[in-house]
Amino acid sequence: MSEDPILSVSGLSKSFNTVQAVRDVSFSIPRGKTFGLVGESGSGKSTTARLVLRLVEPTKGVIRFRGRDLSSFSARDLRAERRHMQMIFQDPFGSLNPRMSVRDTLVEPQLVHNIGTNAEQLRTAERLLAEVSLPRAALDRFPHEFSGGQRQRIAIARALSTNPDLIVADEPVSALDVSVQAQVLNLMRDLQDRHGTTMLFISHDLRVVQFMCDEIAVMYLGEIVEQGPRDRIYGAAAHPYTKALLASAPGKGSGQRARLKGEIPSAHAVPSGCAFRTRCPHAIARCASEKPVMRDLGNGQKAACHLLDTALAA
Amino acid sequence: MTAHIAPMPAEYVSALPEPKTVLDVQNLSLSFRNAEGLLPIVTDVSFSIAAGEAVALVGESGCGKSITASAVMGIAPENAEIGGTITLNGNVISGLPPKERRKLCGRHMGFIFQEPMTALHPTLSIGRQMTDTLKHNLGLGNSAATDRAAELLDRVGIPRARDILKGYVHELSGGMRQRVMIALAISCGPSLIIADEPTTALDVTIQAQVLDLLEDMRREMNLAMLFITHDLEVVGDFCDRAVVMYAGDVVERGRSEDVVRAPAHPYARGLIDAVPAHDDGRTRLTPILGTVPPVGQWPEGCRFAPRCNRADEQCRTRPQLGHVGKTDVRCWHPLEASA
Repeated sequence: MSEDPILSVSGLSKSFNTVQAVRDVSFSIPRGKTFGLVGESGSGKSTTARLVLRLVEPTKGVIRFRGRDLSSFSARDLRAERRHMQMIFQDPFGSLNPRMSVRDTLVEPQLVHNIGTNAEQLRTAERLLAEVSLPRAALDRFPHEFSGGQRQRIAIARALSTNPDLIVADEPVSALDVSVQAQVLNLMRDLQDRHGTTMLFISHDLRVVQFMCDEIAVMYLGEIVEQGPRDRIYGAAAHPYTKALLASAPGKGSGQRARLKGEIPSAHAVPSGCAFRTRCPHAIARCASEKPVMRDLGNGQKAACHLLDTALAA
Repeated sequence: MTAHIAPMPAEYVSALPEPKTVLDVQNLSLSFRNAEGLLPIVTDVSFSIAAGEAVALVGESGCGKSITASAVMGIAPENAEIGGTITLNGNVISGLPPKERRKLCGRHMGFIFQEPMTALHPTLSIGRQMTDTLKHNLGLGNSAATDRAAELLDRVGIPRARDILKGYVHELSGGMRQRVMIALAISCGPSLIIADEPTTALDVTIQAQVLDLLEDMRREMNLAMLFITHDLEVVGDFCDRAVVMYAGDVVERGRSEDVVRAPAHPYARGLIDAVPAHDDGRTRLTPILGTVPPVGQWPEGCRFAPRCNRADEQCRTRPQLGHVGKTDVRCWHPLEASA
């Protein structure tokens, strides 16, 4: 990679009192690529998204955005920098201001960041509306007049209104019916091709992540347990948790389902050693005493599991 | 215990109830009375479920699947006008006064809802909710009911059953709550379980566990199961037959492997194409254009026609459900079954 990544985080951690929500997370996203964070509830993926934007202050770790250390920014500088990072949320009913017309919704971010004249701002709003395939007449309407899929289109147009370098999308299609979900996913890919936007894409849905992302990190209990290019994760998963996640997804016939026992432990009491060992079908004594480190598996893939050491040594 | 009923043969078209039929729904319609008159919500829904069989009602939000289930359960809203016939274990239960209906359904139907937090009582202990049900329906005494409740929790995979009985719903995880709902649903030895999106709110590894448990229960107790879901992949894994609904209509009905692998109705095909599939490397999805028309704005004729790329003049007339290839389809221009 010749170019510096748009975003790189290293050693990112966040504790809320005794809850270790995110532990030692590191990754970077090259310009124009989509990086996926996948995991179950409580895996820390949404907290990671908020940390990256400094909507939540990290306890530890470094976030470099567009080549600069984000933690060094003053509140004022950070606000100005936000122009380059936008977010799309899961709930299209909660994330749009119900009292703001679509016109105001699309113009406001430009006003806040002093982008263009009033006439230019309005032109941008009209252009974005067309890009997300909504009629011009929608400008004077209010969020309650739209369906869930249309609202998510408005939220996408709003995110693009400041022409950001990075969009963080947190479960952007999870609240939508499948037929509408497909429309919005296609739209997001088209817009990304057109604008070259870099994206951090968060979802619990393995199929959606596979469709959208170039590189994927699998999170479990606040940590990345495996990371790699899409084809490696889906074709040659190495970590037992990734394998279990893929095997649990419906659509494989009921006979051959591999099952994880138990549930994700509380982040108040993270198990010693490997956090996944309490549910892992292959756990050995070493997994309780020693924390596995991330191992490079080649082809850009890495995973943290003691069993891989054994497999690699063999 | 040993009697496991094979799935219905493909040519089965719900005509007369067979001897082993647990639930039979014929020409069910449901409308809401409002100031302007009657607003149709569901029209002409027919299906039946045999003992040991799981049947899915599939569709997107607003297609009428949950309201259909509520009519079967007898919990449709007060202003609903219900037509057609619902038969449970050979007894017609539709149109009966609530008290008569309870006598015939009572312990024979168990329910599992999507959100156990709202379906279970927040301030009654789990034990109290379970023993009340057992005492009322089976006439058990206090200690017998408590023993039975503990056995049930144990059976659905809840550890430390006796302690959990003293606890409350909010103390449990989503997966554990759903196990409690399942324990309650099977507690009185029902012949029919109605499960409305029972795993939609759960994480994928927990969803898999809960689906396994439901499948075990079904086989062990030879239960008929009505499974309401929006997820066709779950249908393919878990159900014997599927009924696909769109805008209050049954648009396709058949064995679930036929409906999921080679649907004949363009809407059912569209639902499958809209989901990103594993390993197919597509760069674009094929969405269904537009959105589901709201209740009260259904088009004349075929209700899917405005979103359908096969629609023509003929689709202005309402198609009837007819047998095409391997499934029953409501369409003038059904898709050829691909090899």
